[in-house]
Amino acid sequence: MAVTIETPNSPRTRKQANWEKYGWLFMRLSGPLLVVLIFTHLISNLVVGEGIKAIDFAFVAGKWADPFWQGWDLAMLWLALIHGTNGMRTIVNDYVERASIRKGLNVTLWAVGGLLILLGTLVIFTFDPCPAGAAAELLPSFCPAS
Amino acid sequence: MAEQAIAEVASFHVTLMIRRFDPEVDSEPKWVDYDVEMFGTDRVLDALHKVKWEIDGSLTFRRSCAHGVCGSDAMRINGRNRLACKTLIKDLDISQPIYIEPIKGLPVEKDLIVDMNPFYQAYKDINPFLMASDNPTKERLQSPEDRARYDDTTKCILCAACTTSCPVFWTDGQYFGPAAIVNAHRFIFDSRDEGAQVRIDILNDKEGVWRCRTTFNCTEACPRGIEVTKAIAEVKQAILRGRP
Repeated sequence: MAVTIETPNSPRTRKQANWEKYGWLFMRLSGPLLVVLIFTHLISNLVVGEGIKAIDFAFVAGKWADPFWQGWDLAMLWLALIHGTNGMRTIVNDYVERASIRKGLNVTLWAVGGLLILLGTLVIFTFDPCPAGAAAELLPSFCPAS
Repeated sequence: MAEQAIAEVASFHVTLMIRRFDPEVDSEPKWVDYDVEMFGTDRVLDALHKVKWEIDGSLTFRRSCAHGVCGSDAMRINGRNRLACKTLIKDLDISQPIYIEPIKGLPVEKDLIVDMNPFYQAYKDINPFLMASDNPTKERLQSPEDRARYDDTTKCILCAACTTSCPVFWTDGQYFGPAAIVNAHRFIFDSRDEGAQVRIDILNDKEGVWRCRTTFNCTEACPRGIEVTKAIAEVKQAILRGRP
């Protein structure tokens, strides 16, 4: 007669879908990408051409008039902030034992990260070096009004 | 003359600082020091025996085979997780006291004995047995290459040295821990096993492999020389692929 053995170990119940796998993958992909983005940014700003002496208000204004550098800075902004905030989240999860404090810190982290992303994106796309109706002495020399 | 040379084993005095805790008397663990005369061939376990048998019989620790096979006597020696039975005293710095503590991250029950149940529970949760649906009427054959795939992780003796050296496990007892993942690896990459998907799903958990920070503490701690961090990385890869 065959002996029936009851299931020796009931499986763990899946609590909920979790994003840890995607978070881990994002960190691995955004890390190398950020190295390329940031070092190209630094070299093109500080080394190439006139180097560090070229940097002034007009230099930044000129870059943000170009959709290529707008896209570049947008990618840096989003990737760096999400990468950094997610890194902070893992540190909080590793070291904060009280669930309520952990939750509070994580909510604060994402609120601050989200706000910075929002403000940064707004600046990249709405930046106008020569706003209409501004006082002439506040405008840079290359604006047509001055 | 030659016989005499062989018979002479250098002896020396060492101080053991042992983290002791008796739940019936102490509210906090405390350091107690013991001076013992040991020989160049002695291990930390021999020093513990000497204390227990000759100085203080109340000293409590686990050991069974005393030869690095059963995995009972994992403890924190000079800040590193090791088996007391595989650590020669002469290999430690004997000009200083030797600090011996229970392994970290599990509740201390008495002296060097900890409650291993949370550790075993994580091990049970990854289904540490062959899952095969075919009728076992004959031997399940396997090629030497397929056997070699998971050879490293078959060496685990469940001593808990790796799991209790993991900083994530110290603060978060919910983490499966290196030992459970190593034993999942042993079955996930076994060509005869059919439960890989089940174990992959179990370890793709909030408290699963993604909590690993690759600090390599576990690889350094393993008394069997298992490349634990590499095994965890291979399980991560398997989860990303969705198959072994």
